[in-house]
Amino acid sequence: MATETLARPVASTANPAVRRKPGRRMTPGRVVVLAVAALLAVLWLVPFAWATVTAFKSETDAASPKINWIPPSGFTADAFVKVFQDGNIPLWTWNSLYTSAAITVITLVISALAAYALSRIDFRGKKVLMTVIIASIIVPPPVLIIPLFYQMVALHMIDTSWAIILPQVIHPAMVFVLKKFFDQIPRELEEAAVMDGASRMRIFLQVVLPLSRPIMAAVAIFVFIGAWNNFLWPFIATNDGSILTLPVGLQTIKSAYGIQYAQNMASALLAALPLILLFLFFQRQIIKGVATTGLAGT
Amino acid sequence: MSSVATSQDSEGRAASLPGLSRRKPSTPARPASALAQRSRDNLNGWAFAAPFLVFFLVFLVWPLLYGMYMSLTGKSLTGANDSIIGLANYAEALADPDMWHSLGNTLYFTVISTVPLVVVALVMAALLNVGLPAQWLWRLSYFAPYLLASTVVSLFFTWMYNPQLGLINDALAKIGLPKVAWLNDPGVAMWAIVIATLWWTVGFNFLLYLAAMQNIPAQHYEAASLDGAGAWRQFFSITLPQLAPTTVMIVLLQILASLKIFDQVYQMTAGGPGGATRPVVQYIFETGFTGYRLGYSAAISYIFFGLIVAVSVIQFLITRRRSA
Repeated sequence: MATETLARPVASTANPAVRRKPGRRMTPGRVVVLAVAALLAVLWLVPFAWATVTAFKSETDAASPKINWIPPSGFTADAFVKVFQDGNIPLWTWNSLYTSAAITVITLVISALAAYALSRIDFRGKKVLMTVIIASIIVPPPVLIIPLFYQMVALHMIDTSWAIILPQVIHPAMVFVLKKFFDQIPRELEEAAVMDGASRMRIFLQVVLPLSRPIMAAVAIFVFIGAWNNFLWPFIATNDGSILTLPVGLQTIKSAYGIQYAQNMASALLAALPLILLFLFFQRQIIKGVATTGLAGT
Repeated sequence: MSSVATSQDSEGRAASLPGLSRRKPSTPARPASALAQRSRDNLNGWAFAAPFLVFFLVFLVWPLLYGMYMSLTGKSLTGANDSIIGLANYAEALADPDMWHSLGNTLYFTVISTVPLVVVALVMAALLNVGLPAQWLWRLSYFAPYLLASTVVSLFFTWMYNPQLGLINDALAKIGLPKVAWLNDPGVAMWAIVIATLWWTVGFNFLLYLAAMQNIPAQHYEAASLDGAGAWRQFFSITLPQLAPTTVMIVLLQILASLKIFDQVYQMTAGGPGGATRPVVQYIFETGFTGYRLGYSAAISYIFFGLIVAVSVIQFLITRRRSA
């Protein structure tokens, strides 16, 4: 908790009572608010619901021009069985999982080390380095795809997982986010360790990192979601079906299944499932993580 | 990682110096230890930054510079012409109606998507901030789509937009409205993409707004309540003004995000019908990988980059003026 108030000092002055005024009765105004919120929620849930209903229909029912929320010939899991028999979704899920995990771990390690240097160590060229890193936040990834592709061909990395992972580990904005957090950790905490003759690396690992868990989690969540869902670069860097990530694999399914709507929706839902499950379990952390890192730039 | 290990070694050896000077605080020892401290800091600083710097140089700085070089050559995937042709690619791009059309599509999408993506997010956050029960349920429904890959969103919406079998046209028919060809109508397709994008990413802006609203000090509202200001009045006289900096940031981030539009369009319409939705990123992709003209494609990338830099500079100027 101590570090959380550190990160956002404003949070302590905001009173949660603003949101939840106790003892408030249902006034007409609140009924309207509730109604509008509910309408929006329904609109936002309809695509999920319709995809789910479609996925559990037979292909014949799914392609019926009459819209049925309850299919005439009953619900069936045939589409899921077919999708699993084709065998690619589990493989692609695994590919997405380990590439995204690798991207997240590498990003965290290299960004935290660099951020610590920028926050705590006075070294020659620090200002220039800081300026260059901040300036690079504006480089849009689509600008790099052509030269990166050429570079990957030269490095013989095209169609390997390295091509997916390596170019995605640079998040200058996250270095900046971490540096800002480290800046707020009182230096006194480190001075005792310095007196004991601890090395910089030990201070970083044993003093700074344990205090930085909330921000590390926030950065990890942000990077992981981005990597999991990234389409453009993995789409360019890979052709080989066995190393495709989920988003790219789904694109090939779309053309393969064509008008098999139930199977299309079953594949889409299976692809959506891992992150949705993760969100259900870690809702608080994910919302907090996105809110803290979000404004730093994407 | 090896570079970090060496820094630890040098640290270990040097660490004895401050200890010495502490025990014997005579004047000549001080500058020496300060000097040692400084060189140690120089070494440590660069060693800590080194792993990031390596990736940064290889996968960001180098491609950025190499792309600029490529844009000055006739390079192609077939390896036909590697020679430097100066600014010819840029001259060709600036006279290329397809380039302008795709750039126009990107700008059109940015303009018509940013407004709903900010306004709807604000409305959602304001509704929740009133204090509805079951907060997690609302957050889940508004934010969940943001966790989906673009391909999933495209599959969902292509299916719902289906002219004959789609849910949306069925709903329109039920309330007596004519059917719409959504993704097949050049006049409507971009709006269809905006609707799908709104559903997909508004949850992100919604979360940023919600976090900002919860940071508004309660005293403001208490004072207003004592003055007899109602909820509506409080929203316009306290919440909105307090959110102004957040709104500026969200709008600018949204503009930058919208300018990069590619995934949904490529997946839902492939840029069609008749190029009506093709964004500039898709044109870069197509000239490079379908047309094999890497040099020309790199030149268009840099024109696009120029646009992004221009918007970022405006952002910088606005935020700096705010903080000054």
